[in-house]
Amino acid sequence: MDSRRTPRTVIDPKVRHVGFFAPPDRANSGQTDPISTSSSPSPPAADISPSGNSLSPVMIPPPRQSSDSRPIPLVHHPASPLRRESIPSGSSYNPSDFFAPATSPTASSSFASMTAVGGYGESSDDVVALSPGRAVRGGSFRASASSSFPGGGFDLTALKASSVPASELTTVSVVNMPPVIAEKAGGASVEMQNNRTANLKPAKEKTTKAERRALQEAQRAAKAAAKAEGSKLLGGGSSAVTSVNVKPVKGTKTASQKNDSVSVAASDKKVGDRLAEKDRKKEVPQPRMQYDDKSRVDKAKRRAVVNQTEARNRVELFRHLPQYEHGTQLPDLESKFYQLDHVHPAVYKVGLQYLSGDVSGGNARCIAMLQAFREAIKDYLTPPKKNLCRDLTAKISSYVSFLIECRPLSISMGNAIRFLKSRIAKLPLTLSESEAKALLQSDIDRFISEKIILADKVIVKHAVTKIRDGDVLLTYGSSSAVEMILLHAHELGKQFRVVIVDSRPKLEGQLLLRRLVGKGLNCTYTHINAVSYIMHEVTRVFLGASSVLCNGTVYSRVGTACVAMVAHALRVPVLVCCEAYKFHERVQLDSICSNELGDPDAISKVPGRVDLNSFDHLASSEKLQLLNLIYDATPSDYISMIITDYGMVPPTSVPVIVREYRREHLWI
Amino acid sequence: MPDMQALVNEFLVKLKKRKIEGSQATAKQTAELIRSVISQQRVPYSNQAGALMDAVNAVGEQLIAANPVELAVGNIVRRVLHIIREEYLSLTTAAVAGLNLLSVSDDEDDTEHDDHPVLSAAAVAAAARSTLRPPSLQTLLEDVPDATAIPRTSSSGGDSEGKSKSADKSSRTRKLKHDVIEAVNELIQDISTCHEQIAEQAVEHIHQNEVILTLGSSRTVLEFLCAAKEKKRSFRVFVAEGAPRYQGHLLAKELVSRGLQTTLITDSAVFAMISRVNMVIVGAHAVMANGGVIAPVGLNMVALAAQRHAVPFVVLAGSHKLCPLYPHNPEVLLNELRSPSELLDFGEFSECMDFGSGTGSPLLHVVNPTFDYVPPKLVSLFITDTGGHNPSYMYRLIADYYSADDLVVQRRPATGS
Repeated sequence: MDSRRTPRTVIDPKVRHVGFFAPPDRANSGQTDPISTSSSPSPPAADISPSGNSLSPVMIPPPRQSSDSRPIPLVHHPASPLRRESIPSGSSYNPSDFFAPATSPTASSSFASMTAVGGYGESSDDVVALSPGRAVRGGSFRASASSSFPGGGFDLTALKASSVPASELTTVSVVNMPPVIAEKAGGASVEMQNNRTANLKPAKEKTTKAERRALQEAQRAAKAAAKAEGSKLLGGGSSAVTSVNVKPVKGTKTASQKNDSVSVAASDKKVGDRLAEKDRKKEVPQPRMQYDDKSRVDKAKRRAVVNQTEARNRVELFRHLPQYEHGTQLPDLESKFYQLDHVHPAVYKVGLQYLSGDVSGGNARCIAMLQAFREAIKDYLTPPKKNLCRDLTAKISSYVSFLIECRPLSISMGNAIRFLKSRIAKLPLTLSESEAKALLQSDIDRFISEKIILADKVIVKHAVTKIRDGDVLLTYGSSSAVEMILLHAHELGKQFRVVIVDSRPKLEGQLLLRRLVGKGLNCTYTHINAVSYIMHEVTRVFLGASSVLCNGTVYSRVGTACVAMVAHALRVPVLVCCEAYKFHERVQLDSICSNELGDPDAISKVPGRVDLNSFDHLASSEKLQLLNLIYDATPSDYISMIITDYGMVPPTSVPVIVREYRREHLWI
Repeated sequence: MPDMQALVNEFLVKLKKRKIEGSQATAKQTAELIRSVISQQRVPYSNQAGALMDAVNAVGEQLIAANPVELAVGNIVRRVLHIIREEYLSLTTAAVAGLNLLSVSDDEDDTEHDDHPVLSAAAVAAAARSTLRPPSLQTLLEDVPDATAIPRTSSSGGDSEGKSKSADKSSRTRKLKHDVIEAVNELIQDISTCHEQIAEQAVEHIHQNEVILTLGSSRTVLEFLCAAKEKKRSFRVFVAEGAPRYQGHLLAKELVSRGLQTTLITDSAVFAMISRVNMVIVGAHAVMANGGVIAPVGLNMVALAAQRHAVPFVVLAGSHKLCPLYPHNPEVLLNELRSPSELLDFGEFSECMDFGSGTGSPLLHVVNPTFDYVPPKLVSLFITDTGGHNPSYMYRLIADYYSADDLVVQRRPATGS
């Protein structure tokens, strides 16, 4: 499957639009491997390219691929161990599963010959013997490989010189691959190859359990040593190795560490499976706090910095969400500014801005938060006897919980935080503190520029193609992406009219209206109730989104669903503009299970309508509840198209992008 | 008569300036005005009904033109015309029946004689109908026979009447007017009590712990909900505020003061909340003959959302809101755009508004429609003061209240009178 990937990306450019392909620079970096250059210029050489490492089995194999690989059947064998990771097929271990997916007959034949020599159990064991090695980061692996493989008898040394960078690049299973290919390059026949592997395997089999244990211990020790020694251990060449290799290794690091203690005898496939599973489990977000759970709420309150007073009349349906009165705690918090030592001032400032509503809008909030974290990381000093990676993660977590107290996180922010934490977790231990900090800061900068700013530009580029002369475009509320699209289309000289639909209590549309009219766009302004009146003349609806969920539901400013529904009823196409970093693997069917509640007082007070602001005497009445929903969920069938930085996709393709995006997380 | 004209003019100005709001108030005042028009109207000896209808038509035409969107005015005018027809018909048939009875009692054995008066009674009724008929399709198309028919029938009617009962003529005239005024009084009574009659049915439609959503404010809805509350039902109400007038605030306040569990939401949250709602109950501005509803702005959205979630969409409408017309492009033709100041602050946006972009058309438009059209397929049920009805049944219900000949309210050409 992996072998099919690279040629496909070259041959079939259609896929490229959606972003299912490995970026070209990656393929190049793969090509620079000594093995691939030495082996042959044939496409299978790219097998070792990191597109294989990315573990993304997205491709629907085109029929001609198998014939592609047939001429060089050797490839399949080395490729198949790689595949073990990517195929989560069997839950229980069955050795035949190993190569069962291998399509070429030679692969199985070579395997057969291998088993003839070694036998199943051992052959699987030997892979495990190496599996801890994969867990170890580049430098330490090197150290352990050279110094502390006691009697393993495995001729790693033979490979080491030429192929270690490549082997580290992926996983252990690759380790035995390079010689194979090297052999092939030398013009070896299939039989020879089999012999080679057969030779290789029994040599490895000799590691017994005890030895493997010892090996792990040694590696752990080496890891610690490596950390202590810093990057000195690494040669000049290996620094490149780390920079390239960290990512794929990281993905499995934490999980495999756990695995060490669980079972060593487990097969590599099983391990790989479990790794994937664990990873997935880890990535499933913690269930959000349910505010109808009294004990937990109390616990949370004790920790809280922000003392929110609960709203007087909570809406029954929304007891599971926090319902606070707003606006009261701001002065209190400001006074605390200098007393709070555990929250970084930049983070504190952002929190206050969220609280007061000065910063709103998905992108703005996310950028503000990331920049605050960047500041915090810049000023961060690892306390003595603490691990930067752990301590910083804890620190960020505490910042995040402070921000949550100020205003519940948006999904995009959650994604950004997840990104940052994974970056911290995957920091190479060999880096010095200042280097690590610099790396993190540049990571944050890159996230902001690539995932938000550049993504917006790409979205604008895509969306503008959907605007024609004479169009009447409707938008709801104020979305930064939509605004950019409209302005860009106007700059391109397209003749169109904009209908801005707005709703209380935020009336964000007025701000957008002002900006657009200021730029000379022809605008029509109306309120959401009139949407079915105005929709008759509209040709396209452009909507922003706070998040796009895995079932295609668009989670956005409340009212978006109404607009999309009316557009759908009148057969007007609905285009949702959303950056891919806002996609989330959660699914949601209604707007009630998870939502955010705004300030109820904003509902009761209508600015400019004195005659209506008279709920005051009823404020104490338990009968009256004011509900200020912030978001709603638009069902996917109302949406014609989602415009994202990967291109324009139907809502049904969201899960694919979510999955791909998560892979890409590993690459950044 | 001059003071009558002054009254009419005053009402016209009110309608034009939209000083009267709400179809109930309009309907009531229209009915009162027409009542006084009728009572002021001098009726000639012959063709009294025709004269009355002419007067009503003349006033009605002006009233309708003053505010064509306020369909209740036209409804009431047509109702009154229908009443006059009915009263006249019942009077004539009563008279003929009386004649018939007399003749029957006079000579019971004579079957030949018996046939003739019955025939003549039918003829009289038919003649009466044709005299009263304003330009309907038939009379428009068959101009000549109609013109000849009217004088003939009227003369013949006059002849027959002149023969038999010239004595009760004056009393009959007065009786017709009296009856019509009585009937109009009844109509006014109906209009003012339609809330109670609709509200009486509330308990049949609202069950315990129901969650009801409504948008904006309607007195009918308020009475309906309160009636259910008084019958000890406990239920919850979501009130969408109903921009740009925000009358939902008033409704919510009223409901709370009557002890109902009320939640006020923004209009935009309707879609989010409707999945937890059992029933949508709204008022209407007018109900068209096809079962479509002219409703306060925003209700089309609510109806669509309700349809999506299979929530019953119930419209409460007094009978004065039933309009015998079939709508064409009602979103535009039966709508009214209100002042943009309800949406935007003129001061804030004045610089944008004044900016003519060279070509003379301003950059900024503000659309603030008053009504929405809810097509009949989105309505689950109409509750009127006569009970619940399907949208598909509305045309029949409307046929009970209006005569098909009155659909176009227009002053009759002078030939009739």
